[in-house]
Amino acid sequence: MTKTGFVIANLFRKKTRTTLTLLSIIVAFVLFGLLQSLNHIFDAGADFIGATRLMTQARVSFTQPLPLSMLPKIESVPGIARVAHMQWFGGVWQENTQLFVFAVDPQRQHDVYPEWVMPEAQWKAFATTRTAMVAGRQIADQYGWKVGQKIPISSQIYPQKNGSKAWAFDLVGIYDGKDADWQKQTNTVFINHDYFDEANQFGAGRTNFFALKLAKGASAEAVSHAVDAMSENSPDETKTQTEKDFNVGFIKQIGDIGMIVRWILFAVFFTLLLVVGNTMAQSVRERVPELAVLKTLGFSDGSVLGFVLAEAVALCLIGGLIGMSLATLLGAMVEKGSGGQFALNVTPWVWMTGLIAIALMSLAVGLLPALRARRLKIVDALAGR
Amino acid sequence: MFSQTLAITGINLKSIPERWASSLVIVVGLAGVVAVFTALLAMASGFESTLKASGRTDNAIILRGGSDTELNSGLGRDSTTLIKQAPGIRKDAAGKPMASAEMIVIAELIRQGDSKNGANITVRGVEDNGFALRPQLKIVEGRKFKTGLRELIVGRGVTRQFQGAELGKTLRMRGSDWTVVGIFESGDAHESELWADAEVAQSTFNRRGYSSVLVGLDGASGLKTLQDNLKADPRQTVDVKSEQDYYSSQTKQFRQQIGALAGFVTLVMALGAIFAALNTMYAAVAARGKEIATLRAIGFGGLPVLTSVMIEALTLAFAGGVLGAAIAYLLFNGFSVSTLGQNFTQVVFAFKVTPSLVGTGLIISLVIGFIGGLLPAISAARLPVTTALRTA
Repeated sequence: MTKTGFVIANLFRKKTRTTLTLLSIIVAFVLFGLLQSLNHIFDAGADFIGATRLMTQARVSFTQPLPLSMLPKIESVPGIARVAHMQWFGGVWQENTQLFVFAVDPQRQHDVYPEWVMPEAQWKAFATTRTAMVAGRQIADQYGWKVGQKIPISSQIYPQKNGSKAWAFDLVGIYDGKDADWQKQTNTVFINHDYFDEANQFGAGRTNFFALKLAKGASAEAVSHAVDAMSENSPDETKTQTEKDFNVGFIKQIGDIGMIVRWILFAVFFTLLLVVGNTMAQSVRERVPELAVLKTLGFSDGSVLGFVLAEAVALCLIGGLIGMSLATLLGAMVEKGSGGQFALNVTPWVWMTGLIAIALMSLAVGLLPALRARRLKIVDALAGR
Repeated sequence: MFSQTLAITGINLKSIPERWASSLVIVVGLAGVVAVFTALLAMASGFESTLKASGRTDNAIILRGGSDTELNSGLGRDSTTLIKQAPGIRKDAAGKPMASAEMIVIAELIRQGDSKNGANITVRGVEDNGFALRPQLKIVEGRKFKTGLRELIVGRGVTRQFQGAELGKTLRMRGSDWTVVGIFESGDAHESELWADAEVAQSTFNRRGYSSVLVGLDGASGLKTLQDNLKADPRQTVDVKSEQDYYSSQTKQFRQQIGALAGFVTLVMALGAIFAALNTMYAAVAARGKEIATLRAIGFGGLPVLTSVMIEALTLAFAGGVLGAAIAYLLFNGFSVSTLGQNFTQVVFAFKVTPSLVGTGLIISLVIGFIGGLLPAISAARLPVTTALRTA
């Protein structure tokens, strides 16, 4: 019998116990994978968003609009290639489903966000049709929208000139993301700012955000300082930050969830450590005479330690890998189920932390029993002392 | 049979200290489940009770028709003047209607311990009646803002969670400086707000209208009278809700989300705890195989053996549940956090570990203990006496 075979045979001697322990490890790692990816969303935001764009908002809050007349001034700041703007529409689909709807300038949106891919003809239709809207692939699929349809969307905020908050737009295009990461972000609707500004009751040439595309080689920090300096001490003071920082800040608004998630992880792990650690200790205790026999046969202290440790590692590794795989599957299901709005990605980074956790756990639960096995004195052990 | 059960159970429970390591697994496993469950739901109940406390039944809030929150609402000056004259509104001693036209805007403050990410905070511009209509609000430090000055009073929750709003500090909003002159406590959602004089806030934020009108209701039928009258008025398209309804409806979504998260995490952890409990109880039965067989041999029945194992599992589970609830209570009760509310601004609230949550947690622990103990108990009762006596 090989050494590996020996370890495996030992593991499955008490089938019930091994299975149950394995199941608890699997469960723990399913939770670990899902919570860790949730945690990652809160801590780091989306990694794939580079630092090529800046977001400018009103210093006091992004809910306070800025005058569109700032645009030429911002665009004249050295280091800025192009500026787009976005205004929150407060869109609602059917009864009560909130939509991400922004009023934008079609051509500027196209220039500043090359990540959104759509046939040129549709971009053109968006720019030339006043009542046009374009929708992301995900959201169009979710509600079954087809190009050419008139889509009724109401606004929580803006009534039209006639007082009605029920708007309708012509869907002239469906955009997609340029790669897998961006494809998952296609849940926003864009409408034509010119039309919106004219048709709504309090249209006043204002917008919530400016998106600034940096010229090649421009320093994000220098440009954002230059932009903010222009409006200092005016009622429309601005705050400019990179798109990534903006997104992180936006997610952090949800609050202290990250901290609570860490507490849960801690509770789960502590519990798990105890369960598995105890099982390992028990199995070594029961086998003291056997281990003594092994030593009598000539196995060194080191290899006995190896056997016990290998059992712990095998248990944690098998359970951990199955658990992480299940978490990946579940995460993908959640993402699909929510129409991509809740991207619970068990990313390679989460897998990395999972593997580290597996390694640490194997050591934590295996080391004590293994050392005990190594220290075993043959005479005492055989005599049952 | 009862005395048999009692005798075996006594032996079992007394011998737990000898097997403390493996028994501890059940206790700790369940403590983990119950602590996580209680803590998560304590968050939901804290949020709910904070918002519930904000709404009084003898006040009504008037918003522009179809806008569910104050943030989305907007009422013109002439419209608010008309609303204040409507029947159904309580009059004060001088015969004036108890009404406060209010405007909310959002400012950003930086969270304690953060350095750059701003969080949205409600700035509420109120009229004098805003205080009279909310008697729960008390200024605990400093003084009220003076009419016509750029002065703010700040909720206790804001000073606890965010930087730069302490007494005497200056906040910069839209190019002008505001001085914090007072701190207030109200035990509700308003504690997460900054308050200022409505007129001054309007001029600073370049707004002419208001977001909402809060009114005191004239008796039990006041709400109905007010609703009917405003609905009949062709100049108005407004929604009238009792203040309590307005705030209660805001808790639904949060409660559902936290409820779903708590349900999922508890379910998964409970599975883990059941496996652990099974493991421990199987081991406990196996270690006492000879003892159980001896008892059976001298005439103890199978049922008392089964019951005794079940009782042991339940006792350990209950101990774990109590420990978990205690941990959740000690670590989290009164723990102050904040999250985004309906107005897209931060609501500061404290975790609230309620007796009913603790009760549910304990029931969960007993259910898990029952499931984890049942199979091992059955196998203990079925242990073939002769083989068990011979082995080990």
